[in-house]
Amino acid sequence: MADTALHAADHASDHGHHSSTGLSNNKLAMWLFLGSECLLFGGLISTYMLYRGRVSDGPHPSQIYDIPFTSVSSFVLLMSSLTMVLAVTSAQRHDDRRTNLWLTVTAVLGATFVGGQVYEFTTFIREGLGFTTSLFGSSFYTLTGFHGVHVSVGVIFLLSTMGIIKKNKITGNKAEVVELVGLYWHFVDIVWIIIFTLVYLIPA
Amino acid sequence: MSETTEHHDHGMSDAGYIKIALILAAITALEVSTYYVDFGPLFMPSLMIMMVVKFVMVVSYFMHLKFDSKIFSFLFYTGLALALFVYFAALATFKFFIA
Repeated sequence: MADTALHAADHASDHGHHSSTGLSNNKLAMWLFLGSECLLFGGLISTYMLYRGRVSDGPHPSQIYDIPFTSVSSFVLLMSSLTMVLAVTSAQRHDDRRTNLWLTVTAVLGATFVGGQVYEFTTFIREGLGFTTSLFGSSFYTLTGFHGVHVSVGVIFLLSTMGIIKKNKITGNKAEVVELVGLYWHFVDIVWIIIFTLVYLIPA
Repeated sequence: MSETTEHHDHGMSDAGYIKIALILAAITALEVSTYYVDFGPLFMPSLMIMMVVKFVMVVSYFMHLKFDSKIFSFLFYTGLALALFVYFAALATFKFFIA
C-alpha cells in the first residue's frame, strides 16, 4: 500500500500533475492560453486591416516597408522554431547539454528578431511614421509591438529555462517544461507567419 | 511506457524536423518572390495558401498537434475559429469587403 502511494508520488513528480483525461494539466493550460491568444491577435490583425489604408498624414505602408529586411527577420524567426523543436527532442532524450545549446541558439535568434524590429521601428520613426501620425501607424505599431513583446517574453522564458536546467531546479518532468516553452515559442512564430503575409506582403 | 518515451515515439526524428524547416524556408522564399515577380490574379490566393500551409505545418509538426491528444487540437482550433469569427465580424462591420 505504502509502496503504491510512494510509486504514485514518484510518478506525479516525474510527469507533473495529470487531469482526469490523462493529459498533463500544464499542457492543457498552455493550449488553452494559446487558444485565447489567438483572439488577442485576431482582434489586433483585424484592426490593422481596417486602418492600414487610413493615412491622413505621414508615409503610406508601401513607402516605408522594407520587404528584403523583413524577409530576413521572418526567416530568422522561422529557423528559431527549428532550433526550439531540436531543444525539445534533446530534452526528451535527457541530453541537458544539447538542450541548453539549442535553447541558447533559439534565444539568440529570437533576440536577433527583436533587434531587427527595434531597428525597423526607429527607421520608420525617422521617416515620419510615429505612433500617433495616422491610424495606420497606430495599428501597425500596436500589432507588431504586441508581437515583439511576446517574442521578448519568449526570450526571457528561454533564458529562465536554461537557468533552471543548469541549476537542476526542475522538480517535475524536465522535457515537458521545455516543451511548454516551445509551444509558446512556436505560437509567436505562427503569429508572425500571418503578420508577414497580411501586413507586409499584401499591399494596402 | 513512460509519457516521455511514448511522446517521443509519436513525434519525428531530428532529420524529419530539419526537412520540415527546409520546406518552410522554401515556401517563405516563394512568398517573398511574390514581391518581385508579378503573379497576376494568382497573387492573393497563392499568398493565402502559402500562409495557411506554413501555419498548419508549424502547428502540426513543430507543436506536435498532429501526434498529440485531440483535446489540445480542440482547445487551440476553437480559439482560432473564434479569432477568425472576430476578424471577419470586425471587417464586415466596417464594410471592409464592400470597399
